Amino acid sequence: MSAHENVVEVRDLRKTYGDVAAVDGISFEIHRGETFALLGPNGAGKSTTIEILEGYRERTSGEVRVLGTDPWRASLDWKARLGIVLQSSGETGAVTVREQLSHFAALYPNPRDVDEVIAAVGLEHKANSLIRKLSGGQRRRVDVAVGIIGRPELLFLDEPTTGFDPEARRSFWQLVRTLQSEGTTIVLTTHYLDEAAQLGDRAGVIAGGRMVDIAPIDSLGGADARIPIVRWVEGGEAREERTATPGAFVASLIARLGPEPENLEVFRPSLEDVYLDLVGHEHAADLGQEVAS
Amino acid sequence: MTRALRLGALRVGYEVRAYFRQGDTVFFTFLFPVVLLTIFSVSFSEANFGQTADGDEITAAWFFLPAMLAAGVLLSGLQNLAIDIAVEKSNGTLKRLAGSPLPVTSYFIGKIGQALATGILQAFVLLILAFTVFRVPLPEDPALWGQFAWIFLLGVTTSAILGIALSSVPRSGASATAVVIPIVLVLQFISGIFLRFSDLPEWLQQVAAIFPVKWMAQGMRSVFLPDELVVLEPNETWNLPGIALALGIWFVVGLVLTVLTFRWVRKNQ
Repeated sequence: MSAHENVVEVRDLRKTYGDVAAVDGISFEIHRGETFALLGPNGAGKSTTIEILEGYRERTSGEVRVLGTDPWRASLDWKARLGIVLQSSGETGAVTVREQLSHFAALYPNPRDVDEVIAAVGLEHKANSLIRKLSGGQRRRVDVAVGIIGRPELLFLDEPTTGFDPEARRSFWQLVRTLQSEGTTIVLTTHYLDEAAQLGDRAGVIAGGRMVDIAPIDSLGGADARIPIVRWVEGGEAREERTATPGAFVASLIARLGPEPENLEVFRPSLEDVYLDLVGHEHAADLGQEVAS
Repeated sequence: MTRALRLGALRVGYEVRAYFRQGDTVFFTFLFPVVLLTIFSVSFSEANFGQTADGDEITAAWFFLPAMLAAGVLLSGLQNLAIDIAVEKSNGTLKRLAGSPLPVTSYFIGKIGQALATGILQAFVLLILAFTVFRVPLPEDPALWGQFAWIFLLGVTTSAILGIALSSVPRSGASATAVVIPIVLVLQFISGIFLRFSDLPEWLQQVAAIFPVKWMAQGMRSVFLPDELVVLEPNETWNLPGIALALGIWFVVGLVLTVLTFRWVRKNQ
């Protein structure tokens, strides 16, 4: 197991439905022990990609290796090395949290301790409650618990914190950090960029079925995308200028327009600004709705 | 394979526990034949179902007990599993299992085990009710109980595997009952469950003989009705080898259909 052993290798992956390409030739690798965030608006091909990696969907073409195996032809032993937290919780039969976790623990060769996992997701007080009687956020935590009960080498988290309150999200992040420190490789999709920034080592941004960028989170979009922007209004017209030396630029503006240029602002693009630039503005509109809803 | 069996046994426990926590399935599948036996016994209490060789009157409860036992086999197996699995396919349960190292065989063992466990309990409740409340004389000959055991076990297993096969027909969990219930109802009407089989026109009897329910009902009658009533059966015989053959063939048909059609996740979902 070298430091840069690839747990996931994807080359020129394509998935088409009729004439429509949901995934249109993407390539990336995920190294052992890293947390890789897959970002992108709804319908960009994120979930399709994830489900191909998890073995749920067949690809149209391209090479895919997950833990050294083609997921579409994988064995039960391969599945035992994965943990999957699906995007939607779905429903569960009439079983309690502890019954569900004990049952799933029994399916894996080297499971974690059931009570420790229940405590890790903060459901100690609900351990004997029927899962269907829990709130949406609590059910999501059961999903996460089921995902990690088998001590996976590779964990898929597909929008894991949707429906969490801020406190639950913080404690979920703490749990993920524990998993990271134990060496778990994690593939995370999320609509929350702060979550990607908190947890991810690297991120890939998918838009329109293509990987538009792939980089460590703090250098997504390239260094140029983070050059500060100066905005002001001159002669009734909005102006802006990207500059690596905003102080000097503002000084030159003042020299030219007087001591208080109209609506002057200087800002450094945030991760969200960089991301929205990457996925393009039509997708940005989708995302806005998504976050608002 | 031993792992598949061990996990299968675990699934049976998990499934049975969840089953009895679902109030609606317990009522409509588990207690339904019990309710029907009560209704038939009361509403047909004046009707004439013939006499035994000793001159004892055959009551409605006596006459309908084997039919309700057969109905229970059909409901616990086919109706219960076809709907249950179609719903599990829609609500994400199967997708979750598909992502775990659970062998598909263990899942089937769990479902068939659930059908057997609930079916046996259901038969027990029916027999106790018939014996204690409706005074139906039960067989004293151990050989007849042996005959009951194999017909019952073969019946439930066949019914269960057909239920698993049928579960891939409904396009969604919501449509599952709409697809399954009419099939189950029609089969019961033409197979001598609700109506006396000997009253049906011969062509309909022959149609019913294609399907397994008629054979389950006939098998139950062979155990619980007095031997004199064999004259009401087709060709005046209980035809035990025919029962074994018909149910055996349907078991194989169900198994083949299941292997060919069962998917954890609907394609292109």
